Amino acid sequence: MKIINLIILPVLLFLTGTTIAQQTPAPEQSRAVTIVGATAHIGNGEVIENSLIIFENGKITTVTDANSTKRQYPGTIIDAKGKHVYPGFISPNSTLGLVEIDAVKQSDDEDELGELLPHVRSIIAYNAESQVVESMRPNGVLVGQITPRGGRISGTSSIVQFDAWNWEDAVLREDDGIHINWPNSVRRGRWWAGEDPGVKPNDDYEKDIRTVSEFFSNARAYLAGPQEIANLPFMAMQNVFDGKQKIYIHADGEKELMDILQFKRDHDLEHVVLVGAYSAYKIADQVKAANVPILVGRVHSRPNHEDSHYDLPYKMAYLLHQKGILVGLESSGSMERMNSRNLPFYAGTVTAYGASKEEALQMITLNTAKILGIDDSLGSLETGKDATLFISEGDALDMRTNKISQAFIQGREISLESHQTQLAKRYTDKYGQEEKI
Amino acid sequence: MRIRFLFCLLFSAVTGLQAQEYFPKNDAVKAEVNTNFTVFKNANIHVDPSNVINGGMLAVRNGKVTAVGKNIKVPANAVVVDLKGKTIYPSFIDLYSNFGIEKPKGQNGSPYSGNPQYDADREGYYWNDHIRPETAALESFKYSDSEAEKLRKLGFGVVNTHMPDGIVRGTGMLVALNSQGTEGDRILDERSAQFLSFDKSAKSRQVYPSSKMGAMALLRQTYLDADWYAKGNSQTKDLALQAFNQNKNLLQIFKTDNLLDELRADKIGDEFGVQYVIVGSGKEFERLDAIKATNATFVVPVNFPAPFDMEDPYIASYASLADMKEWNQAPANLKMMAEKSIPFSITSQDAEKNFRENLIKAVEYGLDKKSALAALTTVPAKIIGKENQLGTLKEGAWANFLITSGDYFDKETTIYENWVQGKRSVIEDINLVSINGTYDVNVAGNTYEVKISGEATKPKAEVKLNNNKIGSKLNYKSNWLNILLSAPDTTKAEYTRLSAKVPEDPKSFSGKAILGDGTETTFTATRTAEASEDKKKKEDEHPEVLPVTFPNMGYGFERLPKQQNILFKNATVWTSEDAGILENTDVLVRNGKIAQVGKNLSARGATEIDATGKHLTAGIIDEHSHLAASAVNEAGHNSSAEVRMEDVVDPDDIGVYRNLAGGVTTMQLLHGSANPIGGQSAILKMKWGASPDEMIFSNSPKFIKFALGENVKQANWSSNSRFPQTRMGVEQVFVDYFTRAKEYESLKKSGKPFRKDIEMETLLEILNGERHITAHSYVQSEINMLMKIAEQYGFKINTFTHILEGYKVADKMAEHGAGGSTFSDWWAYKYEVKDAIPQNAAIMHNAGVTVAINSDDAEMSRRLNQEAAKSVKYGDISEEEAWKFVTINPAKLLHIDDRVGSIKEGKDADLVLWTANPLSVYAKPEKTLIEGVVYFDIERDRELREEVEKQKNLLATQMLKAKNNGLKTQAVKETKKEEMHCDTL
Repeated sequence: MKIINLIILPVLLFLTGTTIAQQTPAPEQSRAVTIVGATAHIGNGEVIENSLIIFENGKITTVTDANSTKRQYPGTIIDAKGKHVYPGFISPNSTLGLVEIDAVKQSDDEDELGELLPHVRSIIAYNAESQVVESMRPNGVLVGQITPRGGRISGTSSIVQFDAWNWEDAVLREDDGIHINWPNSVRRGRWWAGEDPGVKPNDDYEKDIRTVSEFFSNARAYLAGPQEIANLPFMAMQNVFDGKQKIYIHADGEKELMDILQFKRDHDLEHVVLVGAYSAYKIADQVKAANVPILVGRVHSRPNHEDSHYDLPYKMAYLLHQKGILVGLESSGSMERMNSRNLPFYAGTVTAYGASKEEALQMITLNTAKILGIDDSLGSLETGKDATLFISEGDALDMRTNKISQAFIQGREISLESHQTQLAKRYTDKYGQEEKI
Repeated sequence: MRIRFLFCLLFSAVTGLQAQEYFPKNDAVKAEVNTNFTVFKNANIHVDPSNVINGGMLAVRNGKVTAVGKNIKVPANAVVVDLKGKTIYPSFIDLYSNFGIEKPKGQNGSPYSGNPQYDADREGYYWNDHIRPETAALESFKYSDSEAEKLRKLGFGVVNTHMPDGIVRGTGMLVALNSQGTEGDRILDERSAQFLSFDKSAKSRQVYPSSKMGAMALLRQTYLDADWYAKGNSQTKDLALQAFNQNKNLLQIFKTDNLLDELRADKIGDEFGVQYVIVGSGKEFERLDAIKATNATFVVPVNFPAPFDMEDPYIASYASLADMKEWNQAPANLKMMAEKSIPFSITSQDAEKNFRENLIKAVEYGLDKKSALAALTTVPAKIIGKENQLGTLKEGAWANFLITSGDYFDKETTIYENWVQGKRSVIEDINLVSINGTYDVNVAGNTYEVKISGEATKPKAEVKLNNNKIGSKLNYKSNWLNILLSAPDTTKAEYTRLSAKVPEDPKSFSGKAILGDGTETTFTATRTAEASEDKKKKEDEHPEVLPVTFPNMGYGFERLPKQQNILFKNATVWTSEDAGILENTDVLVRNGKIAQVGKNLSARGATEIDATGKHLTAGIIDEHSHLAASAVNEAGHNSSAEVRMEDVVDPDDIGVYRNLAGGVTTMQLLHGSANPIGGQSAILKMKWGASPDEMIFSNSPKFIKFALGENVKQANWSSNSRFPQTRMGVEQVFVDYFTRAKEYESLKKSGKPFRKDIEMETLLEILNGERHITAHSYVQSEINMLMKIAEQYGFKINTFTHILEGYKVADKMAEHGAGGSTFSDWWAYKYEVKDAIPQNAAIMHNAGVTVAINSDDAEMSRRLNQEAAKSVKYGDISEEEAWKFVTINPAKLLHIDDRVGSIKEGKDADLVLWTANPLSVYAKPEKTLIEGVVYFDIERDRELREEVEKQKNLLATQMLKAKNNGLKTQAVKETKKEEMHCDTL
């Protein structure tokens, strides 16, 4: 195996130079893999020192204390003593694969024209061969929820794994939810147009909410009726009302979040997830009571207000977790795609500002899987789940020690090379620095 | 009655006065000219703010004061007016006005929409349309009596008006608001002053200057060019410079918009030996020491902000402490200036209708009345050089005065008349009897209790019958009182009407009453109580004024922190020196310096801090930042070497505090990347609370920003009229400018006269190795090109910043001697960074390049420790080396490594105490010191959080109370600094 790689890689490099698209996806798992001796971070808060992890045919079959069994280890045995095993990190509310280069409009497929677009589906635009997507993997980010942007109802997201020939192969959960950008009760001046960049009340707020509310009411009525004329947006709401798709509502303001909870009650919606939810810590009890989980906005960001605690974005996820809310971390914002690989470090920062390491880990693994509704197969190192996991030399939440030696998606050992590692190799070779990198 | 008659006489007599003696007259006989005196007696006369004559006399003739005193001789040909206890003040002077001059409508729009205009519209004038010294207020002045009347009602008699347009605005004129004269009478000085500002002319779309620092550079160049022109060196006519030189000896009045601009204007004045009179912002109180140090006289507006409407708690939560404090403190501005002995006059600009109300408020907030009066009279008169003619009522001065019912600074006082140049303007009827008080009114057997209060000219009534309030309406004009009373039974639409002429002493009077059934009878009114005097109580009513902090916002210091001698005991010390990382080591800080590094140190008088288990490092240095700046790009030219970031430092940026909380102590404030040759950098220490100049690193080495690639060729926004549009053109811009700089140098050295050019001088510094270049750069071709250019002209590129393809030419950079200051892991945000890799820093470092990790971002800068750690992950750099990427290496790149960047005896005590290994994601700064001063302390931060909440609650309550008391509110708005990056225009 290793010898083959050594031969193939330079050939590939020679053939494709720096324009290579993506690493070739790994073939299906044909042989069992046993990882022994690692500290296993299960993803549900538990840790097993000196663990034994076995997976076959893409599924985890054993996760236990290595000392507790004397059975023979099957398949390829990886001695991971002193290393750490984690479930693959999950990046929710992501636009990975929808845009390649921010400033190149031609490479941008994240925002469709229109306001109420539940029928618009991100999955068919997902570029499985994106160079940005492959750069996630050396940091342990192996799964993402590919989400459209813009409009009032942006469209429908899908969940993918990051090692695939095409979008169809990549899909883990197709059309998992719709995304609503909740109206804003305030509006910010457009400073680039010479306006004061401060906040002013948005006079259209109630009207904007009515638009969403009426859309929901009308769609429900339409779906209950004979549906004489096809209405694509209404038809796309069927799975939402059936509870098969979740409703992700993106909002930050306190008033907005309160109104969303009311909207949930008014329309009797079961699966609502708040995204961003900057002010949720102020109304955490109501959010908890409504049993609504939160995908907390980017940890590495500045507070929205001048007077806020400087560490508010750092500690926010933990504040909400302490209140008993199910919390995951997301990374939308400026330069969101390339920044998604910092997801583990967002969790690291949450640790520095309150949470335990395992609590913070849950926020990018099992909690997120639960929120996205994929915890039956992902999010933790548990028997029966997908063998989507990786081995790190050290603590994967800390940039000092997040060094991934092997990663598996559904049992397939994926390449950790990328456009970036290839360029690095090319130039370290040029300078004779190969020993150092 | 007798007085009114006299006034009528007087009125008709004086109207003929304005005819000038040598003009023919065809509508009447010329001998109609009135040379009588008018003598006022029994008045309290404020001759000037320090001299009041109670029960004095004032004589006026031909528009001038002829005599003033306790007892003056009344000439035979005098009309005598008895003012009976009324008060006379000199009329006010407004030094900053555009009375009678219409401000041109803007046509510049956004300089970035469409194709900007780079050249001037005008010919024969300066190359920049925003320099308009040839403008004369006289040319566009048109007297408007309705506008004049508004000002006279406020108390003004003279204004200094100008064309409020452009950076150099030309000459203003001093105008008397004389309602009856001609322009010949009114114009006291047609070239009273030259006006300046930082704002561009609305008459031109010329894009330069697009920034504050550009406006400042342009002003400097204008002074230099004017001097060159004055010496007769120019080959061509320049009517603007010619005018500028003619205006040189006039008073120079500089209009600003905010406190920092006031300091900036003064700085320019100092450089060219000009002391501007500064038209201020009303926020001088926030940095009184710096304001005082300007030695300028200020013209201050009294436009206090309205309280926010805090009723909706959701919206209210957007209000910042800074904005709330401004409402709370602004009315005390003048008081604080007066206490600090900063000379000021007051302008009505921006306040207009609220002028007197706000002025009275300023007095309520502690401004002494004498200073207030001086600021409206003698101070402006002195500034404008007319202290013997204006602002005073001594003999020979213009007869510009107010007649009031009493103290001008009392709300209840009525201004009756404003005389300008001896011409009377009636504002309110002086004979009006004040009827305020409580009366028993007897009508048809009923005794109503009528309480009359409010302004004497617009009193209000409150009526009770048998202690029950009943509806009423009161109308009072020309001493005729009309009261409409509802029936006590509110279901009945029956009204009683009362009407009476009020006598001079209204303690009892009678009049006609018409009852509900139409019966006519009489009523009598007897005063039972005088108007109640609860003024004293009102004066104390203004809300508690919160202390000013530095900066005056959340987390500011009430007292600026002082240097401390500190001994850190038993820390893990990351020296960033060859000494490496030292366990269980002590560091002594004394007099702002690192005094000693070693084991088991002790020091008398030093505060000991137990740092066991903690890590002590040098403060982080961010080589590339746009924090704490009022502007980033001067995008108006493809070279802006003349602009200085030091001019636009903004210390009131919360980012400074947040960066301290992230362990940052020094940063380079860079110009943006809008043009190939950017502006001069500022190196700052993050001294939270300091003034802009105090933040600047002392004796900083000189730097300038260059930029390459997509931004300078304007590839990412729509503009295609500026050279260069390609990387090919970028090279030629450098060749062109350096060639010109060489030519400039030879001329300069030749001894022949040369026009001093700030831009060329800056480029010369580069050529001579006195100024270092930080070049924003991405792809290898352009990096290579710039090094070749430098080599061709015999200098070195000091630093490539961003430098995301540095790894592709690291060998060439090492050979050239250029450093690389890069992002840890940014890429794919534009086409030129598609090959950016997170191993870049490591590869450059391994190739022998001095490497720093920078931010260019107010968020990332507060986590630069983590960004450095990414080189451990991606590039296998040792932790010791990685830490140097954010400390000693950027210090080396900035040529300040002899003073900061490492823990070494003798260096500045810029230190950070961390809770854990500083490269770890789990590390938090506990204390951040600069020069031995603790600027951030995690414990103090905890207290400040509570303080911020407490103060906001207090202010919210004050605002709610203000609203309840009927004060007009404004919608809550959150003023916010825009987040700035390289490409922020």
